[in-house]
Amino acid sequence: MSIDDKLFKVKYVCDSVSHLTNDNEKCKNCKTKVCTFICPAKVWEWDEKNEKMIINYENCLECGACRIACEKQCIDWNYPKGNKGVTFKQG
Amino acid sequence: MENKTQVIIVGGGPAGISAGITLARAGKEVILIERGNYSGSKNMFGGAIYTQPTKRIFPNFEIEAPLERNNTKHKYMLLTQNEDTTISHTEKSSISNSYTVIRGKFDRWCAKEAQKAGVTLVTETVVKELIVKKGKVIGVKTELEKYYADIVILADGVNSLLAKQIGLRDTIEPQDVALGVKEVIKIGEDKINERFNLNSGEGCITEIIGYPMLSMLGLGYIYTNKDSISIGLGIALDELKKHKLKPYELLDKLKEHPSVAPLIKDGELIEYSAHLIPEGGFNKVPKLYNDGVLVVGDAGMLVNNLHWEGTNLAMISGEFAGETAIHALDRGDFSKESLKLYNKKLENSFIMKDLKSYANLMPIMHERSDSFMNYYLKKINYFFNMFTAVESVPKRDKFRDFIKSIFTDRSFSELFKDAFSVLKVLWGILK
Repeated sequence: MSIDDKLFKVKYVCDSVSHLTNDNEKCKNCKTKVCTFICPAKVWEWDEKNEKMIINYENCLECGACRIACEKQCIDWNYPKGNKGVTFKQG
Repeated sequence: MENKTQVIIVGGGPAGISAGITLARAGKEVILIERGNYSGSKNMFGGAIYTQPTKRIFPNFEIEAPLERNNTKHKYMLLTQNEDTTISHTEKSSISNSYTVIRGKFDRWCAKEAQKAGVTLVTETVVKELIVKKGKVIGVKTELEKYYADIVILADGVNSLLAKQIGLRDTIEPQDVALGVKEVIKIGEDKINERFNLNSGEGCITEIIGYPMLSMLGLGYIYTNKDSISIGLGIALDELKKHKLKPYELLDKLKEHPSVAPLIKDGELIEYSAHLIPEGGFNKVPKLYNDGVLVVGDAGMLVNNLHWEGTNLAMISGEFAGETAIHALDRGDFSKESLKLYNKKLENSFIMKDLKSYANLMPIMHERSDSFMNYYLKKINYFFNMFTAVESVPKRDKFRDFIKSIFTDRSFSELFKDAFSVLKVLWGILK
């Protein structure tokens, strides 16, 4: 089962704006791009062609791993608004 | 003042609810603010809540709360890529030690109990920042409005952005948290009983050491719920960074292991989840009190990872914070000198005593992970291979070779360092 299929099982209410933002200039100079593999929900994807970070914030499980792991410390990490984001039924 | 109460608690998990219920039972005014739709909706853990501490807060929970199974069996699986060596321990006691629960149901029930006791629960509300006046925390700012209180209790979880805001702690380092990923897989009650050798209502906790995290600081687990199992792992964030690993791929590997796959065969994925676990230990516990503010549970790094204890530390630290707040309210003194009582209660209890006992553990494990999370696990499995194999070779030769290998596999200095590490941890516990 792919990670996309797994994420499909999770209940979300999506906001129209991202609760996560990055400093793309810093990302350009980041060699490791830890966020792109450490995230359990594949939120961060590097678009090589446009040199831009794609943020799939609607998949976010709100764990906070990217914020702590980011080597450039360039992720502005907030909780989604009160009625938005992930809802774990099992947990 | 409008919007003013005695105590505001940020975060409706086990720590926040326990603090709230303790205060409400003493007749204090409490507002509990939860950012999710309901308590438990943003929470995740392995599995099990512990009976004794839970009873302390919720005396009737064994009869009234939504529980899955009473854990009577503990298994420790040492995995290499293709093998396992498993130790299984079954308790015959009539007193329960722990129950598996579904947080989405259990935390919600706990929050309802708090409401019954008089706690005002506000859901779907994010506290954006603390209101600080002359160094004192005097309230919180949500997305919509400001609330004021004599005391604010931070139960806002492992990421505690609020403790950070007021400088009670530094930035969290990757080695001080583990990333947990988990799948809840529906299998059916009868199949679970068969596969885990359980009677109805009995549960099994399986702790998995080694593969697919050999040499790394990570552990896997399987908990049995009523008709589903929770399978997951926690791995130090710096290990994921160093080895460039995707957490869900590690979990897939664990699920595919020949000793694990039959347990979850033909199951249906119900939910995938992830959460951080604060694992910095005693040396990384932040300052837990200041003028007008207390920090409880995961927000205070109160986790004893070796013993898989977290929710119990959350509940009891919440209770201590509640008791401290009652004392402060009765005296009308919300200064840090007054709230220091909370720290004393923690220090006099198992919470700080245990964290202190294991203060050496995490630094040593980070340093010696290749020994304890790889070499010895393989060696144990190798021993049982040797012991059980019938090859028409004299046993004496096999035993000799095995013992010799311990001294020839690696250098003496490595052996010495391992022995020293074990002694250092033991000394930390027993001194």
